[in-house]
Amino acid sequence: MSGSAGDGLLVPVDSRVHRLPAQVKIVALFLFVLAVVSTPAGAFWAFALYAVLLGGCVFLAKLPVTTVLKRLAVETPFVVFALLLPFVATGPRIDFLGVSLSESGVLGSWNVLAKGTLGVIAAILLSASTGPRDLLAGLERLRLPSTLVAILSFMVRYLNVVSDDLHRMRIARESRGYMGGRAGHLKAVAGGVGALFVRSFERGERVHLAMQSRGYTGRMPLLSQSGANSGQWLEGLTISLLAVTIAVAARVVGW
Amino acid sequence: MHVPDGFFDAPTSVATGLIAAGAVGFSLQRANREIRETGPALAGLTAAFVFAVQMVNFPVGAGTSGHLLGGALAAALVGPWTAVLVMSTVLLVQGLLFADGGLTALGTNITLMGLITVLVGYFVTRALLQVLPKRVGSVVPSATVGALVSVPVAALAFTGLYAIGGAVDIPLGKLATAMVGWHILVGVGEAVITAAVLSAVVATRPDLVYAARHLQKDLVLVDADGKSSTVSPDRPIAAKPVGRSLSVGLAATLLVAGVISLFASAHPDGLEFVGAKLGFETAAKSSAVAGSPLADYGVSGIGNTQVSGALAGIIGVLVTIAVGLAIAKLASLRARADKAT
Repeated sequence: MSGSAGDGLLVPVDSRVHRLPAQVKIVALFLFVLAVVSTPAGAFWAFALYAVLLGGCVFLAKLPVTTVLKRLAVETPFVVFALLLPFVATGPRIDFLGVSLSESGVLGSWNVLAKGTLGVIAAILLSASTGPRDLLAGLERLRLPSTLVAILSFMVRYLNVVSDDLHRMRIARESRGYMGGRAGHLKAVAGGVGALFVRSFERGERVHLAMQSRGYTGRMPLLSQSGANSGQWLEGLTISLLAVTIAVAARVVGW
Repeated sequence: MHVPDGFFDAPTSVATGLIAAGAVGFSLQRANREIRETGPALAGLTAAFVFAVQMVNFPVGAGTSGHLLGGALAAALVGPWTAVLVMSTVLLVQGLLFADGGLTALGTNITLMGLITVLVGYFVTRALLQVLPKRVGSVVPSATVGALVSVPVAALAFTGLYAIGGAVDIPLGKLATAMVGWHILVGVGEAVITAAVLSAVVATRPDLVYAARHLQKDLVLVDADGKSSTVSPDRPIAAKPVGRSLSVGLAATLLVAGVISLFASAHPDGLEFVGAKLGFETAAKSSAVAGSPLADYGVSGIGNTQVSGALAGIIGVLVTIAVGLAIAKLASLRARADKAT
């Protein structure tokens, strides 16, 4: 994987989108995707408008298009599923190039592809414009239970450490001839993973003891002090409001 | 295998989001005492471990490799409630930081991969430990079967969700067969990897395996006079009676999910699904309009379906926010009460 695991997909540039507080971005993009998901599949014009909206945001966030496209690969398994739909779905059949396809399947395939792609791009926009620490502060602002935020922040903080541990163990294993390509290597690979768990667990215990000796009483200090002001909320929620308008219009107009 | 946005309709996404929120709230309550003892750092590091392990390609044989989902393994290693938190954390980080799976599909992903695999894996493991010899080593075959079962069950749950809120009608029998058939293979890989990793942990630090903690031999202490006494090692923390706030939260979640499914009645619900199975399908085939997914929005006979559909969406959003706030409020009240004592 590229870069360090602890930074997620963050593209460190300065833009309007990057500067928005994380909680605004989370809520705005969540509402946006919800509007996309509840749009009837037949309203093609609505999806075109959503794509334009999202493209505008990606442009505003100054994200390189190649990063976005590369990351779209996570969708692949479901693209395969979507492409199979026209063949297995029920309903009236249409003939296309001599192949009998289900009409609702074709529409459903489009439905999954369009909504899935828009959703993934929205998620990429969020993760590429928000650093892990800001994201956690945003989740805390959104009143996620503090224990969960604490677990999340420890995970994010130690992701690099654990990944590096794993990397070192892999180098050690491979330099001893266990490349992990054959079934006979399973024991070596799994042994390493087992050891990784023990190391992570023991590190967790040590970190907790260190925290306790520094006065930890079960509550973490707040990650962020100030909330978002109404101007920022308005700016961020523009995309969601537009999307909700489009979704409602698509519902009323139908096709 | 993260479900993307748009795979299920909006009411299903919202409903699974509520289930996931309820499950995480429940697990926070149940794991509360453990987390206060061991600290959030341990759960966070376990989550980082699961995240890292999902990137490891294990050789499974015949030149193929697979990677671990980790639900059943995490359940056996750190216990079911902490494991639900750990898996939810992993999925949250993957969804928010790495854009794996959609934002609105987070609830679905947490329900399928964070909740169902963990609980099925853990309960199968515990059930088998009851019948196997009372040794720590028994946890390996038990958790192996747990991992094997957990993946197809999650696939079955996926099919069930698809029956409720799938975007396209495909024959469910076919879908279930394909999903379960494929995921039995995935489950075999998961089982092999879980067994290998777990036996490595049992070999070095058997005391860390939560599911086998009650199977450890008693400690024999010999004092200066040569008198020996036995001390039983740490038992799993006794189950606390389910708190009132928790049952209120759960009831709210269920109620809300029920209300939402009422609003979503334009989509094939259980009854309509049975109807479809019993011959509605042929009727649908006769009309070109009825075959399209759009028809789903208008079959329930409500006068103005657009309005009811939009209402459902709006109410769903409002209710999600309300329930989320309520759960957060309960958690913070409890934390404050804990601090005061």
